[in-house]
Amino acid sequence: MPEEILTMKNIVKEYQMGDETSTILKGINLSVQSGEFISLLGPSGSGKSTLMNIIGFLDVPTSGEYHLSGRKMSGQEEKLLAQIRRKEIGFIFQSFYLLSRQSALKNVELPLIYSGTDKKLRYEKAADMLKKVGLGDKMHHLPRQLSGGQQQRVAIARALINDPTILLADEPTGALDQKTGRQVMELFHQLNEEGRTIIMITHDVKLAKEAKRVVSILDGNISEEVI
Amino acid sequence: MIKENFLMAWDNIINSKMRSFLTSLGIVIGVASVIALITIVQSVTGEMMSQFESMGADKITVIATGNPLKSGLTTSDLRKLEEIPNVTGVAPSVSITGSAGKQGILLDEVSIMGKNEKYFQQDTTELTRGRKLTALDMDGHTYTCIIDQDIEKAVFPNENPIGQKIMVNGQGYEVVGVRDTDSSNDVMSGINASSTSDGTIIIPYKNALSLSGSSTYSNVDVFLEDTNLSDETTSDVETVLDAAFNYKDDSYKIVDLGSILDTMNSMQSLLTTLLAGIASIALVVGGIGIMNMMLVSVTERTREIGLRKALGAEPAQIQALFIIEALALSLIGGAIGIALGLIISVVATLIIGTTFSISWGAIALGIGFSVAVGLVFGWTPAKKASGLKPIDALRSD
Repeated sequence: MPEEILTMKNIVKEYQMGDETSTILKGINLSVQSGEFISLLGPSGSGKSTLMNIIGFLDVPTSGEYHLSGRKMSGQEEKLLAQIRRKEIGFIFQSFYLLSRQSALKNVELPLIYSGTDKKLRYEKAADMLKKVGLGDKMHHLPRQLSGGQQQRVAIARALINDPTILLADEPTGALDQKTGRQVMELFHQLNEEGRTIIMITHDVKLAKEAKRVVSILDGNISEEVI
Repeated sequence: MIKENFLMAWDNIINSKMRSFLTSLGIVIGVASVIALITIVQSVTGEMMSQFESMGADKITVIATGNPLKSGLTTSDLRKLEEIPNVTGVAPSVSITGSAGKQGILLDEVSIMGKNEKYFQQDTTELTRGRKLTALDMDGHTYTCIIDQDIEKAVFPNENPIGQKIMVNGQGYEVVGVRDTDSSNDVMSGINASSTSDGTIIIPYKNALSLSGSSTYSNVDVFLEDTNLSDETTSDVETVLDAAFNYKDDSYKIVDLGSILDTMNSMQSLLTTLLAGIASIALVVGGIGIMNMMLVSVTERTREIGLRKALGAEPAQIQALFIIEALALSLIGGAIGIALGLIISVVATLIIGTTFSISWGAIALGIGFSVAVGLVFGWTPAKKASGLKPIDALRSD
């Protein structure tokens, strides 16, 4: 039975630019059920990145209410935000953001280090996760020894390692060619079928339509189209 | 967590070896110079001090230069000195150069020293044979002497000198003891015995006085029971001497080894502090180098910091990462600096010719300094890193 895990009520984000205040998000209302695969579609400058940052607890809204799996985002204490990110959010970035001098395995282990998991368990979990994304034989490779698609799969393994509530992917195929991009999308579908909640940010309409639900964002407002 | 941070810091240091090395170089030089200077100063002055101490900090030496009316101290003056409280004995010292020998052998550059039995109570020089001079030898008509090993070798090769006669300035003396040559433990005899001398013969002081042609003593050691009371005793000695010389100025000088030792002690610590202070300027410069490198590193790794934060690193964890890296850099520098400083010290003490003694205090200071430098100069960059907002950090290119 799907439950509501994400609720946004009238989220506003303003930035102060000198004397002017520019409003990036103009009262966003959004709710997400567990197991959904949503794409946030919008051109650049539409506010989709800002929305993603707020969803991912990287940024705080100016006003409005945001609940994620029963937690209310309140205050701005960095330590608390870091703990929520660690537990609830799995980030996937357009340009992978792997630590270039660490092996695939070490990269996947990184979030576990911050959650204080002991060494042996870290290794086991990270190795399992790399096998799951199909890189069981490349655990000790450095990122530069892997192809773009493989690097993104390492990043996905890293995002999944703490078993987050939401997988938050920002243009996950933006830096990949069509074929490897396709493989990454297949992996997303597979994860979603296993029950993982995924929010994917993209400007690519075709890609957005692969999700079960598309939320368009334009000029700081959202509108939904259900396919 | 700390272990992981150390591994990550180590990884960063290893990955930019040249830069890390150059950054640590300031600390290396600073710590090495602090350690080398402290160790060298302590080895040199420590040896000087122990020499001085063995010369006798428990005595006051009176050098009576005299005046036209009275050329030195008389036997009755010595008796008055002996009556001062806290004085255990008074030992006049007469030193002349003369000849010594027996039939067929003549040494004409012999240092002849007149001493009394009190001298031998304080003297630490080992006798290799025979006995010391006692009160019974001091009546002025007993001709007994102690020779050193140089004289023994020259005059009595391959025979036992004890009981034999030796001619000292034409007078026959019976050898009653033989002592070590090199350990002239008395500061005055050390100065008086010229290095070109053929050796040293000690005879009763009255005999030496008549050989010297003088009737007064110009060099007297006053031995103290309790060195803590040396100030009081010194002023008592001054009172006696003032009276002896009829209150004429500049008739005598008092050399108090204890107070010389105190002065040397405070000079040594002053010198050590001064030199260590100068050397620690290098440490501060080294620390600024580390801070500079860490600030550059924070800027270069802004995106990495953002990523780590997105993955759930708390500000304190980011701060720890950078402080540990600064600490590791300065500790590596410190370790190399300690090794280098010790090598310099060993070489320097070899060249100077003193014994090298490892100064644990200096090493502790070196480690302490590097930790402090790492913490102090790593703090600001680490704070800067931990305060970065994750979105800003992730967006930076």
